[in-house]
Amino acid sequence: MDLLIQDVPTLVLVIVGVPAVLAAYIVGGEYIVRLLPDKARPSVRPWIWVGPALIIVAAFLVAPAIGTVIQSFENHAGNWVGLTNYQRQLADFPTGGAWIAIRNNVYWLVLYTLFVLFFGLLLAVLFDRVRYEQIVKSLIFLPMAISSVALGVIWKFMFWYQPGDAPQTGTLNYIVVNWLHQSPKTWLTDPSINNFSLIAAAVWGITGFSMVILSAALKGIPGELLEAARVDGAGEITIFRRVIFPLMMPTVVVVGTTLVIFALKAFDIVYVMTAGNFGTDVLANRMYKLLFQSDNPGGSSAVAIILLVAVIPVLIFNLRQFRAVEARR
Amino acid sequence: MRTLKPSRGLLLGLVAVVIAAACGAPGASNPSPEASVHGGSVSVLGVWSDGELDSFNAVLAPFTAQTGITVSFETSRDQDAILTTRVTAGNPPDLAAAPSPSLLTRFAQQGKVINLENIMNMTQLKSDYDKGWIDLGTVNGHLVQIFSWADLKGLVWYNPKVFAAKGYTVPKTWADMITLQNKIKADGTTPWCMAVENGAASGWAGSDFHKEIVLSTVGPNVYDSWWQGKTKWSSPAIKSTWTTFGQILGSGDSNVYGGANYVINTTFGDVGTPMFQNPPKCTMLNQASFITSFFTKANPSLKPGVDFNFFPLPDVNPQYAGAHVGAASAWSMFKDTPQARALLRYLATPEAQAIWVTRGGKLSPNKRVPLSAYPDDQTRAIGALLTSAKIFKYDAGDLMPSDMKNAYWSAILDFIRDQSKLDSILQSLDKVQATAYQAT
Repeated sequence: MDLLIQDVPTLVLVIVGVPAVLAAYIVGGEYIVRLLPDKARPSVRPWIWVGPALIIVAAFLVAPAIGTVIQSFENHAGNWVGLTNYQRQLADFPTGGAWIAIRNNVYWLVLYTLFVLFFGLLLAVLFDRVRYEQIVKSLIFLPMAISSVALGVIWKFMFWYQPGDAPQTGTLNYIVVNWLHQSPKTWLTDPSINNFSLIAAAVWGITGFSMVILSAALKGIPGELLEAARVDGAGEITIFRRVIFPLMMPTVVVVGTTLVIFALKAFDIVYVMTAGNFGTDVLANRMYKLLFQSDNPGGSSAVAIILLVAVIPVLIFNLRQFRAVEARR
Repeated sequence: MRTLKPSRGLLLGLVAVVIAAACGAPGASNPSPEASVHGGSVSVLGVWSDGELDSFNAVLAPFTAQTGITVSFETSRDQDAILTTRVTAGNPPDLAAAPSPSLLTRFAQQGKVINLENIMNMTQLKSDYDKGWIDLGTVNGHLVQIFSWADLKGLVWYNPKVFAAKGYTVPKTWADMITLQNKIKADGTTPWCMAVENGAASGWAGSDFHKEIVLSTVGPNVYDSWWQGKTKWSSPAIKSTWTTFGQILGSGDSNVYGGANYVINTTFGDVGTPMFQNPPKCTMLNQASFITSFFTKANPSLKPGVDFNFFPLPDVNPQYAGAHVGAASAWSMFKDTPQARALLRYLATPEAQAIWVTRGGKLSPNKRVPLSAYPDDQTRAIGALLTSAKIFKYDAGDLMPSDMKNAYWSAILDFIRDQSKLDSILQSLDKVQATAYQAT
């Protein structure tokens, strides 16, 4: 309660102060532009408007990124050690260094992205044809409202393991034991399945996102096109393959690349459910562990840069696609 | 006051501090002006929650009542991460109660913690604590940590009723224990319960069992050089401790209830549940002194001494009989404020430590906490074991750099899953050992 009262001035400052400063900046900036000769105005005005964004991006994104690059070449004491940190992370293929994490990120990249796209597309197309579409879509979108940590905890209960002679309290093992009459599975600790268990939990959480966006794209396809195709005698599957899917392709690509970035950033679910044990480590979790548990900022930065290098091509592709989609409108 | 008998000395000492603090009078017995502090607050970072936090708050209550200093306690199980971030950012808490000294030692080496020689009454401290505790808190010749509450590891818990019914006797030697283990198996029950799952810290519960074996197999010197990173994991001495641990697990984990899958998928606190079922699913379990609070929480009808009792894990090598591994809460100061000084001095007193001891679940490393402060005979026996241990060593995992510690815990998990992979597990531990000690 004390804290709340203490925070009141800060709160007032934020609510009143921030808009005030913004308004002053806009008015002030515009006033300065007005003072300039007519010809110079168009070349100055944009900089006034993007200026704050540029400064913020430089201060909170570019500068730390450069700092991370520098740190990745330093040891704990801050001395230059060249590529040692990278060598350690990339040593002893296929089980040493960061290789397990890299392998798992590839699993995530491929399976997570494909499954989310597949389910999202399937649900969007199928629910488009039923009357209770809105209700079902809301239900499937619901997991998006759950934080990843809560999602991890929930799925940990779903995957709970009890020995064969004890009552199964985990949902999945209950089904495995009582309906399929198999011995219970250790979903999270058996290295042959645990990565897929984690990915399945993550897919459950994000499918709603992909479905909603793809569904919106589907609704954007003009009805006349589909009618024309039907008149020409095309079956529904042909229509989906030849008309709907190509028209949705730009959206599918944008959602897909976004998911690829999500997959590369995977952290919370792994941290909560297995903490990277039993061969489920991913790069983001490794980065966290190296920095905070091992106090190894150099190694952690090296992992961060490896991750960044992996994301950049996807990022560029994603931006191009965004532009392409914009251009088509 | 230094020449007074302990029992009166401690009383007078505390009274003096309290009076000095409460009245704002210049403390005659304590020359530092900070003792006259009244009011204000002190921030503390620790790992306690639930029942443990209640106990800590009970410890703080008289302090706050007498000095008017409020303690704002921040709790997190992921303390390493939070403390590292806050110290690096220059915004540390006044005091931190880390469960392990390794993290605080690292800060001490970086000069981020306050030296305590001029803050604590060193003469008193040295007479209250065994030299081992003082040495443990000393980095580069300066005292930077003091210890309040302790846990004793290497206790084997069992149900005396079951032992009596089946005619089992408490083993005195390692060979006795292996015989007992085989006998239990021959009777058709599982000898051991084990559970090591604990989120990001999974594996530590198994490592406790293992490091107890290490200490009583290789002795204190090799134990020290092992956690210091000077003895390789793959060295014959350390490797033999893993095979001994494997002897407990049995081939194909046949000695542990539910096999490896149960062990690595069950939360450490639930370890006792199968032992108290009817009929019991297992006969013994190894865990530190704190586990009794988990027994009684899950099953309030259980009585110490009647339904569960303990024996110290027999020593593998009789040469090192009476060896025990333990752990304690290590206190360090990050900001030197009068309030932080007052709290730290208070926490070192037997009075403060006795409050938690009486509430149960913790032992005190302070020799002036009387055995009568313990709530029952069983905890009293453990408390006596702590103060009388011939060889007492701090938890090796907590002393290792965090990188090494985490690799150790993961190795325990891997070993329980598949004992045949021991050689490759030890190799990868050697690799971590080669780099982990350079960072600090």
